[in-house]
This record gives sequence, structure tokens and C-alpha cells, in this order.
Amino acid sequence: MFGPLNVKPKNSKGDKTGSWRTLSRPDYLHKNCIACKMCLMICPEGCVSGKEKNAFSVDYTFCKGCGLCADICPKKDIVMVSEESKREES
Amino acid sequence: MKEFLEGSHAIAEVIKSCQPGVISAYPITPQTHIVEDLAQMVSSGELKSQFVNVESEHSAASVVLGSSATGVRVYTATSSQGLFLMQEVVFNIAGMRLPVVMTCANRAISAPINIWNDQQDSISLRDAGWFQIYAENNQEAVDFHLIAYRLAEDKRVMLPVMVCMDGFILTHGMEAVDMPEQDKVNKFLPNYKPLYKLDTADPISMGLLADPDYYMETRFAIQETMRESISYLSEISKEFNNVFGRDYKDLLVEEYQVKDAEKVIVAMGSVCGTIKEVVDEQRSKGKKVGLLRIISYRPFPYARVYEALKDVPKVAVLDKSVSLGAYAPIAVEVKSTFFGKKKGPKVISSFVGGLGGRDITLETIYEVFRRLNTKEVNFDFVDLKPELLKEEYGE
Amino acid sequence: MENSPLFKSGHTACAGCGQAVAARLVIEAAGANTMIANSTGCLEVFSTKYPETAWGVPWIHSLFENSAAVASGIEAALIYLGKKDVTNVIAQGGDGSTGDIGLQAISGMLERGHDILYVCYDNEAYMNTGVQRSGLTPFDTNTTTSPAGALSSGNLRPKKPVPEICAAHGIPYVATASAGFPQDLTRKVKKAISIKGPKYIQIHVPCPLGWRHESNQMLPVAKLAVETGLYPLFEYEFGVITARRQISPKPVEEYLKTQGRFKHLLNNPEEIKKIQDIADNNIKKYNLKLEAQG
Repeated sequence: MFGPLNVKPKNSKGDKTGSWRTLSRPDYLHKNCIACKMCLMICPEGCVSGKEKNAFSVDYTFCKGCGLCADICPKKDIVMVSEESKREES
Repeated sequence: MKEFLEGSHAIAEVIKSCQPGVISAYPITPQTHIVEDLAQMVSSGELKSQFVNVESEHSAASVVLGSSATGVRVYTATSSQGLFLMQEVVFNIAGMRLPVVMTCANRAISAPINIWNDQQDSISLRDAGWFQIYAENNQEAVDFHLIAYRLAEDKRVMLPVMVCMDGFILTHGMEAVDMPEQDKVNKFLPNYKPLYKLDTADPISMGLLADPDYYMETRFAIQETMRESISYLSEISKEFNNVFGRDYKDLLVEEYQVKDAEKVIVAMGSVCGTIKEVVDEQRSKGKKVGLLRIISYRPFPYARVYEALKDVPKVAVLDKSVSLGAYAPIAVEVKSTFFGKKKGPKVISSFVGGLGGRDITLETIYEVFRRLNTKEVNFDFVDLKPELLKEEYGE
Repeated sequence: MENSPLFKSGHTACAGCGQAVAARLVIEAAGANTMIANSTGCLEVFSTKYPETAWGVPWIHSLFENSAAVASGIEAALIYLGKKDVTNVIAQGGDGSTGDIGLQAISGMLERGHDILYVCYDNEAYMNTGVQRSGLTPFDTNTTTSPAGALSSGNLRPKKPVPEICAAHGIPYVATASAGFPQDLTRKVKKAISIKGPKYIQIHVPCPLGWRHESNQMLPVAKLAVETGLYPLFEYEFGVITARRQISPKPVEEYLKTQGRFKHLLNNPEEIKKIQDIADNNIKKYNLKLEAQG
């Protein structure tokens, strides 16, 4: 039976919303991070991960470049840089 | 075991034997006795269901939708305005392929407000993707609920079923009914095993947004299931007969003295009992008349209707509902059955009667047979009271 | 919590969406043993477009106004199955689906006492359909169906007090929260989940598109709403206020000037005064003013 359109999360990879970025992306400086986890908490995409100080990172496949993490970081350790500038592959 | 009881009580008893996990309904005449009985059974401990008293029919249908999605058997009942208020949920349930079973105690539609029987309510929801089966008497009303669960929960089907019984006539009528014993119900109706359900052990998202790239196939799928279910109904009827000893044949139609009939009335529901009386009386006088009773209105049994009526010269369809601005609902289906076919009735006349609970008497049926002659009646009301049609407004 | 399995990346919310932040925090606070009934709206549309789903918990969307009733059905089924004690049930939707079209179903759910948490994501208009005003749209807001013009300064009606309506049902817990205070929001959700019975949390969630602000301004905007007294944060238990977030009130103009939807008010001191009155009334009513330390 074809059935209703139900979906299991394990079968869903999500859209590559990183392609939405046109202006800027967050750059994690990894200098003064105190591992407060606010960047992880505030990301609407939930694509920030990390545990230790100076070890938080963004999954750029999904990051839309909204800038909330840069705005919330109490140590200003995240800055928005131009999307056109080269990105280090992690 | 044979009992003499009110239709509503019989329905409550058979629902109890099906042991739904969640029951939710909102009161509306003439469904009230069914739900009151079930509430009593839950309160006394006879029935171990969760009984949710909701604040509207829209919520009643939504509650059973949520419970069914969580993988339990459910039940609700309504009529008329209540069914209309739940309309969007009714379509939602079918679209989500949930095996909800509902009793529709057929009642007229407002305005004007009228609590008595006709079939406008369920017929107006014919496009929803629900099965609709119509009972002629309380025995059928009881049996059809067992069949409804068996059909709805079949893994090849997973569609909701509406069991329609004429309000007051059947719900409040007292009849002798052979009430199904629990051990036989257990044999006929296995426990519900959902194909899909909300479960934290295996999460799933239900009710997603489907854009034009995905929507149409879901409609095709329901249409296909309905088409395939024509044969499942025969299968289930056979199983039912094996367990309970009552034979509903293909569960699509009942042919009553149709074989060599020259005039046949097509009708649905309790009015067929009256029609059978007239048929018997006329047959005793040598008149070749018959009745084709529609049992399954959705899916509509076109092939079966064709088989039954292809050699009958004159057919009258007696609808207990009306599609304002167009031809009557069942008449339209019957006419479509024969269009383009080599065989078929020479005359298919359409009559509408019994609206708002106006009694369809033996005289009405005689009148229909009388008016069923060589001059086809495209559409007409029967038992209209012209004296009421005085001009009230106007210059 | 990384790349949360409960609310996954790859959904199509606008960049900087306050509701996306709040929705993720809510389900993370509630945990994996949670089932969600979601109303039609932004959240439902951007998180579940077939064949994708962002939800790592059992989740169902039925219609616009019935998530409270669907959740009631889920809860009843879980009780029947003997699983309610280990499963949380959340019904959630936007301000329109909650305070307008869905109010009846919520009232029924609260009155019947189901063990369900209702979460309202309040972005103060029908955002998904194009920023039309709802019953929770604040006074003088410019929306597409209450536009500011020569004859009108926007939405001319006060914000419907849905938290109070829920509190009037005498339920164990009602709270307002804000996406601008994520830790407070998480605490409130965890507290609600731990209580048995019906609960209501209304979360103020900025909408960059509908409110007309930059995508990275969600936090300052949300914070100002609270700090001006326009969006008081409080908790009711069994109909009585038991906690509020006290503020050193800022003038409402500081909040209004951050968003395009209030642009038409900025040279209209008469209307700003009316909004200041609303804020002042809230401050008085909920005792929001932080007393100076002696």
C-alpha cells in the first residue's frame, strides 16, 4: 500500500541551507572562547557544535549566516566575515 | 444472543465488544443515546476505554485522529451539523490513512434546523475518502460496525469507515437483534496492529506539507484502495458469515426480487424495509417489481449495479438527500453506470423524498411505482405539500 | 546537544528566525520521550516539507486549530497504553492558531485537565500567510490587514491576554517567556514538563521578516520587548502569579525604533504615549519594576 506521507527522521537529511548564505558567515576565532555554549544555544539551525573552550564550530552545510551567534558571544570571539572570503576546510 | 433493544443501545454494546482504546464524541440528537451508553459502560468499568468529553465535534474528530495516530482503536459518533463541523478533520483523517470508525446517525441539515432523518449529512461528505456503508435495520447497523473495524484496520486498506444508520428510525427504534457474543467478536476482529504510529521508540513525522510534486499520488492511492476494496468487502463478508452465520453477500448491494422485475426502485437505508413491503404486496398480485438496495455508497458499486439492473426496463431512484442545483446524488451514480453501455434501463427516473424526516409511507412507494412509466422523470420531489408554498415575500 | 537530533538542521526557516530558536530549545528541554502535535503555521511548514522532517521525536500535524485536541487524543491513547507516565505530550502553534482559531480547543483541553504542555510561539501576527494581524498583534502594529494609513495607525485593538485566559482555567502552570532569554525559556519548559496536568507557555519570538529587522537582531529586539514592560515575563500557578521578571523599565520608543512594523509611529508622539501607557499598565499590574537597592 502506498500509504500516507509519513517520514522517519533517520531518512531525512534536510535541505543544504548553507547555500542560502550570500553576504556573510560566522568565523570562530578560537582565541577567547569560554565555552559558555550560548552560540550553540541560540543558533536557529542547531548547527553549532562543541564542548571544550575554543573548540566550537559551525556546520557550514546548514549555516544561513544569520549572525545570531556572533551577536550573542560575550567574548566577541565570533565575527561575521564576507561569504566571499576563503574558508578553511576543517 | 437475540435481544430486543433500542438501536443506540445495540450500537453501544457492539462498540463495547470491539474494545476501542479511546472514545470521543460531542452530543447531538439523535446520536446521544449511543454515547451516553458508552459513558455508562466506562463509568461502571465494563469498558476499559479512555472517554474524552470534548467541547465540539471538530475536537471529537481531532481527538480520535490523535489517538488513532498513536496506534489505538478509536470510536466516535455524530450526525448532521456535527458531521459538518468535523468536515475538515474527516478529510484529514482519510488523507492521513487512519482507520477511524464513526457512526453517522443520519439527520437533516440546517437551515432550517431539523433533527429528523434524512441522508443529506453523510452524502454531503461523499468525497472525503471514507467508506460509507448504510444499514437497513438494527441488525445490520450492529454487524456493520464489526465489519467496519475489520475493513478499516486491514493492512491493505487503512482508511476510515462511516457506518450510516437513519436517525430516530434506527437509533431510537426497538428491534430484535442477534447481539454478537464476545468470543465470536474476538475471532472475527483481531487486535489492531497499526502499520504506522507515533512511538518514541521509532519516531515518525505525520501530516507533512506535500507540494505539487508529491500531492496527487496520495489521492491516486486512496482511489486505488477504494477500488481494490470492492473485492475485500466480499472477502470480509465471507469471514463474517463463517463466524456469525449471517450472509451479507458482497456487502455492496442487496437484490430484492430484481431478477425478472420490470420496475425496480433503487434506494438506501431503512426506507428499504418499507419498499420491501410494497414489493411483496405487488408481487403477490403478480406485478413484477423489485428493489435494489445500495449498501456500500462509497466505494460506489458501479459494476454490481450494472449487473443487477442491465435487463430491467424501468428504474426509479429514490434519494433521501438532494444536491441543490443538480440531479440527485444516487440517481446520478446510477445513470453514470449505464451511460455508453449497450444494455440498461430504458427509463431511469429520479425522485427525492423523506427530507427533514417526512415519513416515506407505503403510499409514497406506490406513488413512485406509479410514476415510474414510459415518461422519464429527470428529477422530482415526492410528498411535497403545495399548500405550504404560498408566496410570502415579494412585491 | 550538537546538531540536535531532536530538531535537526536543514529546515527552511528564515535566517535568524526567533521561532526556530525557541522550538529547538523547547524540544531539547522536553527531551526525546516527547510527542508533539503541531498546528499549521511557519514552524510546521518550514520543518516538515515532504520528504524532509526536522523532528527527531514523534510529531504530527493535522490542521490549523486543533493541535490541542489532537494532543488530547494522543494523551488519552498513551494513558490507555499505560505509557503516559514516561511520555511528554506537547501541543504547539503560533499566536494565530493559539489565541484565535484554536482557542476553543485549548480551552477544552485545559478544562479537561489533560497532562499536556501547550506552547504558543508568539510572533504577533499570522506570519506564515503573509503578516496578517491576529488577536495577539499588539496595539498600533502595522500588518497587512491592519496597515498604517491616513485613517489608521495600524492595529487598533489591544493584545488578547491569552496567558491570563489560560490562567483563569485554574491550571497548574502558565508562563510567558522570550527567545531573548533562552536560559529562562529552557528553565520554564523543564519546570512545566515536571508538572502533571495542563500547562501553557507563551514565548515571544521575533520574526525578522514580519517585524522588519535584521536577521542578527533577534536578541536585542526580544530583550527590549521585555525590558520596556511591553512583554512581561511571569509565571502563574493555579491562577495566581508566583513569579515575574523584574525590570528597570526602558522607554517604549527604544523598542519601537528597532522594527519596521512600528516605523509609522516614530514621529507620532500621541500614539507612542498610548503604547507607553500599555507598558506602564503592565509594569504596575505585574509589579515589574525593580526596586532600587537601598
